[in-house]
Amino acid sequence: MNQLISTSPLSLPSRAPVAATEATVSTFGHDPWWLILGKVVAVFVFLVLITLFLIWAERRIVARMQQRLGPNRTGPFGLGQGLADGIKLALKEEIIPAMADKPVYFIAPIVATIPAFLAFAVIPVGGVVSIFGHVTALQVTDLPVAVLFILACSSFGVYGIVLGGWASGSTYPLLGALRSAAQVISYEVSLALALVPIFLYAGSLSTSEIVAAQNRFWFVFLVPSFVIYMVSAVGETNRAPFDLPEAEGELVGGFHTEYSSLKFALFFLAEYINMTTVSAVATTLFLGGWHAPFLLSRVPVLNSGWFGLVWFTLKLLTVLFGFIWLRGTLPRLRYDQFMRLGWKLLIPASLVWLLLVAAMRTLVVEDVNLRRNLVPVGIVFVVLLLLVSFWPSSKKPDRDGEGEDGHPEIAVGNRAFPVPVLPGEQTDPTLAPREVTRA
Amino acid sequence: MGHVYMPILVLFVLAAAFAVGSVTAAGFTGPKRYNRAKVDAYECGIEATPQPVGTAHFPVKYYLTAMLFIVFDIEIIFLYPWAVTFSKLGFFGLVEMVLFIGTVFVAYAYVWRRGGLQWD
Amino acid sequence: MTTKDVVFGALGLLACCSGVLVVTARNVIHAALWLVVTLGALAACYLLLTADFVAWVQVLIYAGAIVVLLLFAAMLTRAPVGPGQDLDSGNRPAAALVAGGVGVTLVTLLVQAFRSAYVDLDRVAGTGAGRPIGDALFRSYVLPFEIASVLLLAALVGAIVLTRPEIGRR
Repeated sequence: MNQLISTSPLSLPSRAPVAATEATVSTFGHDPWWLILGKVVAVFVFLVLITLFLIWAERRIVARMQQRLGPNRTGPFGLGQGLADGIKLALKEEIIPAMADKPVYFIAPIVATIPAFLAFAVIPVGGVVSIFGHVTALQVTDLPVAVLFILACSSFGVYGIVLGGWASGSTYPLLGALRSAAQVISYEVSLALALVPIFLYAGSLSTSEIVAAQNRFWFVFLVPSFVIYMVSAVGETNRAPFDLPEAEGELVGGFHTEYSSLKFALFFLAEYINMTTVSAVATTLFLGGWHAPFLLSRVPVLNSGWFGLVWFTLKLLTVLFGFIWLRGTLPRLRYDQFMRLGWKLLIPASLVWLLLVAAMRTLVVEDVNLRRNLVPVGIVFVVLLLLVSFWPSSKKPDRDGEGEDGHPEIAVGNRAFPVPVLPGEQTDPTLAPREVTRA
Repeated sequence: MGHVYMPILVLFVLAAAFAVGSVTAAGFTGPKRYNRAKVDAYECGIEATPQPVGTAHFPVKYYLTAMLFIVFDIEIIFLYPWAVTFSKLGFFGLVEMVLFIGTVFVAYAYVWRRGGLQWD
Repeated sequence: MTTKDVVFGALGLLACCSGVLVVTARNVIHAALWLVVTLGALAACYLLLTADFVAWVQVLIYAGAIVVLLLFAAMLTRAPVGPGQDLDSGNRPAAALVAGGVGVTLVTLLVQAFRSAYVDLDRVAGTGAGRPIGDALFRSYVLPFEIASVLLLAALVGAIVLTRPEIGRR
């Protein structure tokens, strides 16, 4: 035990010895039906409640940051604001645009909502406890490929956006949907890449086993991974400062411009649940999951069972506060800046970082086999890769995006469909101005 | 084994019921006051743009972004099993992955050089 | 005939039916949606065969990424707002004939080839997770894995050639 504590993070065993209170994949799949139902309903209610809470918290916190009061009329401290908003939305008229593609228009909010709920199923919110005599982990379920499942859910959520924008049969939602989808898929890459170093240490894709592996050290010590993950998470969930799909000045309201009433509420709910999920994933994979922080984790009572729920919620709320703080602080990025950040910085950086971590892990793994002479070769490889990663930008100065003054005229005239020409985009000379036939 | 997926299925049913219920309920809970302007496409009050007839032009970069996404997604699904088996693979695993990532990186650098990542 | 078999059969039927709807849908976007259903049903089939990793990769890559590419491509090449695109060509009967022929050939071939190949699913449970697949992929099948990277390279170069011809001329 002492020996384990004294070892450095680099020599962390691939799977830390699992205490009795830690769950593994094999813990799951034995719950009786009433426990399954109870857990599922609990997660469902938790997500809805936290959304209602977040609506209120976001407005209050941002208001405080802007020296305003924020909503304070409905209930104590205005806590009922989220519920009031929801009821208000339900009582609004349902407007279905004349040009809408009806079936898809109805399916889109459903498609956006379901995966948002599903992803939370594999988040461990506490250790192993006993409920009415049944020993079970505070987690709906766990899969051997749980992280992949979360990614699959978030990639499915893109459909809600694309279909909602397209089915509205209107220009702004369509543009917003395309932008939003491009944004989500761009940042999903760097988000997924940022998680690889964790698997290098944890040796598992199962969330409960990753939490168990953080018994001694939280994986937040992989700082670049954590930073890249958080930035990507903000981009992936379309939150400020990356809330370009909803850029009011350009796109009215983004893909859900034509949605009203409860269908709009569903999109809203999905967005907040997605934010909660990426925060929960950050908590689980980087911040030790439900483990007690620092010194408190030495106290066995505080580091097991139901207490995990408290730590998990506290950590989750801290990360969520970060999201709101960002929104209150940072101005929105321009689309080209945003895409450049994702594709030209986050992705190469995460690739180089993960190879560096792998090289460090090789040092540890191979030291046992006394193959030290091969290690420098690996480092040379990584250095070479580093060089390659900086080669394109160093050879040709990065001219994209900037040019505060050099934007060419925006030529909308020769297009039948009013797609704003992004500054610098070349207009095709073969596209002569065409007559637009009125439908 | 399949038992592990049972809770996910239950959650799916619950979420689906909730979502479908909400979408259906929306038609009953709100008022219904028909107005032609309401069902028009919303464009801040100006006359709605006529729907294009097969002549829409979106920046082709969206297509390229989706293509890049697929390529990197495939790289990711190779990286995940590699990462979890890494402690067994050791140095050989590192070389394998450096070669793989290096090759994809060549493609990435090519796209970068050709301006494929440029969204100005 | 267990519950698993019944569910498996139902999922297969769902995949086939939505596959037919992909072809017959009048609207490109609707066709893409039916394709998502097909791919999703296939993923569920993989799950039933205890191939967890493959199943979620199927959802992530095929249903998640490739159909998004198709949607983008559809929105790029034509304005898909509103129905009434004429997607049917005069080759319909010929296409149906070819598709039917290919289908019959494949089914016969697969049934003949794997008639006696049975796998006890309880025995192989757990081999579909990330670690066993990584073990196989990065020890036994290293060459195909490395060749896949060349394939990805070719795909990206192709995409650039298709989308940025004006730079190629410079």
